[in-house]
Amino acid sequence: MSADQKPNQRPELAALDDATVAQALTRMHLIRKFEEAAEASYMRGLIHGTMHLSIGQEASAVGTTLPLEAHDYILSTHRGHGHCIARGAEPRLMFAEFFGKETGYCKGRGGSMHIADVEGGNLGANGIVGGGLPIAVGVGMSIKAQKNGRVCMVFFGDGASNEGAFHEALNMASIWKLPVVFVCENNKYGMSMDIGRAMAVPNVADRASAYGMPGHCLDGNDLAGVAAVAKVAIARARSGEGPSLIECKTYRWRGHSKSDRNLYRSKEEIEEWRNQDPIRRLEDELKAHDRFDAAALMKLEEDAQRDIDAAVEFARACPDPDPKDLTRDVYAL
Amino acid sequence: MPSDTLEAVSEIRELSYAEAVREALAQAMEADERVFLFGEDVGVYGGAFGVSGDLVHRFGKERVIDTPISELGIAGAAVGAAITGMRPVLEIQFSDFVTLAMEQLVNQAAKIRFMFGGKASVPMVVRLPGGSGTGAAAQHSQSLEAWFAHVPGLKVLQPSTPHDAKGMLLAAIDDPNPVLIFEHKLLYKTKGHVPAEAYRVPIGKAAIRREGTDLTIVGSSIMALKAEAAAERLASEGISAEVIDLRSIRPIDFTTIAESVRKTHRLLVVYEGVKTMGIGAEISAMIAESEVFDFLDAPIIRLGGADAPIPYNPVLEKAAVPQEDDIVTAATNLVRRGEA
Repeated sequence: MSADQKPNQRPELAALDDATVAQALTRMHLIRKFEEAAEASYMRGLIHGTMHLSIGQEASAVGTTLPLEAHDYILSTHRGHGHCIARGAEPRLMFAEFFGKETGYCKGRGGSMHIADVEGGNLGANGIVGGGLPIAVGVGMSIKAQKNGRVCMVFFGDGASNEGAFHEALNMASIWKLPVVFVCENNKYGMSMDIGRAMAVPNVADRASAYGMPGHCLDGNDLAGVAAVAKVAIARARSGEGPSLIECKTYRWRGHSKSDRNLYRSKEEIEEWRNQDPIRRLEDELKAHDRFDAAALMKLEEDAQRDIDAAVEFARACPDPDPKDLTRDVYAL
Repeated sequence: MPSDTLEAVSEIRELSYAEAVREALAQAMEADERVFLFGEDVGVYGGAFGVSGDLVHRFGKERVIDTPISELGIAGAAVGAAITGMRPVLEIQFSDFVTLAMEQLVNQAAKIRFMFGGKASVPMVVRLPGGSGTGAAAQHSQSLEAWFAHVPGLKVLQPSTPHDAKGMLLAAIDDPNPVLIFEHKLLYKTKGHVPAEAYRVPIGKAAIRREGTDLTIVGSSIMALKAEAAAERLASEGISAEVIDLRSIRPIDFTTIAESVRKTHRLLVVYEGVKTMGIGAEISAMIAESEVFDFLDAPIIRLGGADAPIPYNPVLEKAAVPQEDDIVTAATNLVRRGEA
């Protein structure tokens, strides 16, 4: 059944064909299942260190990256599992990295906060808040110098928009009209600091005007809406008109990291956002327009779960790195 | 003037240190279109110290890029350009301003290769005019090279001559790692022999500037030159000093230092950076941990900068860092102590 026959379907949703929507849903499920499995692995003592989960933010990661082309770049954050999966990274290699194994994307040297898939255009997650923002400027300079027509999308949180790096990067990207799309995932908290207490303006997107670029303030839990705006920003970047700032208002259901006792927000607030689950919202809308039936949607979710379960088993069986290789990649030869 | 004299002059072509750096930049940009220069006032102004000069007119403003005053931002931009196929050369206007760019150099540039399991490299060069002696006081006069030498993943160079300034910059641009080059501001006008071709001075190899038998003096940048001048005076007093110019702080050429100490049995380390926790401490400890320790006839002497910010007053400024007289005195004491 073709999408345009359905009454009342939003243009943003109608613009996405069934194959695209299925891929987006699959990736949103993979992100959710990946992080649930990551959390379970932590509880079972399979990993050490910490992790920053993005459960609840899946529509932002998948929606913004949906209009990117295969050769485009992304730069991610400490809460970066979603961006990585959204760009097509293999969950088994991600889990291997998460478990610190030699077979992981970064041979166990980077872990959750530093996963990169350079060949796949993912130039790395970042343990420093706002660390990727100036790097995106350089990637933009590189794209422009090499005239290769690519775009660089860089993710950051609301907290990073208060860092100097944010302001320096947006200014430079704008004066040089670089092909960069800045994506702020505003999940309302910089660790425990509420944006209302941390920012003098209500929206991160309001700051775009200071740097002469479009600022889009979005419902970050609406996959189709996010994808529609990202498409415009990506096209603008690719055509040489310069950067845009997209703000996705969303929410992390879990705490900042594993040590978070969640003392700064209420159960009611968390519950309110859980009711806006981006995955269920998309599924409900698709069902309402008869684009997918319940069984088809269930299959997408089950397939994702199976992939993640297999990824965990693969990663568990992989070898640790050999300590004799400790200093191997400090310098390139 | 007879023609053979003219030929001789052209063969020992002399350039200033600043001209040597500029020639290296020009030759690198001519040879490789991935190389570009950027930083504050490097374009139409020609660089705060005149190093980039006319390069913007020769290569255009797409390759010699004036940046806003955004040290963190431009250091990060160098990282981003380097990991996606370019060869950026960044100028931090005064090395002191690198404090604003620490995050990108220390957390990003130095670690990306390692954190990504060797799947990326960061071939970038950062030029940093540093050092005291200009009356610019505490925020424009520091010697911060030891800070960066403490970071695995970075390389840190300190060329002292126009010859090395050119050859080491070209080697740094070729290098697949992030390389920081500290250029001493007082050296920019010094002149010396600089071959016209695009030659390389290997990174990690010290130079023996003067051979001697009574003690080894190790220094780099302007301190290597002061050590050479001091050695000349020491010779007239009957003390034979061997002078080693480190040139590269990380990686450090310990082999050359060790061989020299094995021969002279005494070591004096001279450096402009703050004495405590500095380059002198590292070299002294390396000797202490090695078999060369048994060859020492006297305790090692460290002659470093005062444990104070660089002061404005010229008398105080001179007193804050080792001078030629201090080196002569320290060397004389070291030799006598060993004999006593």
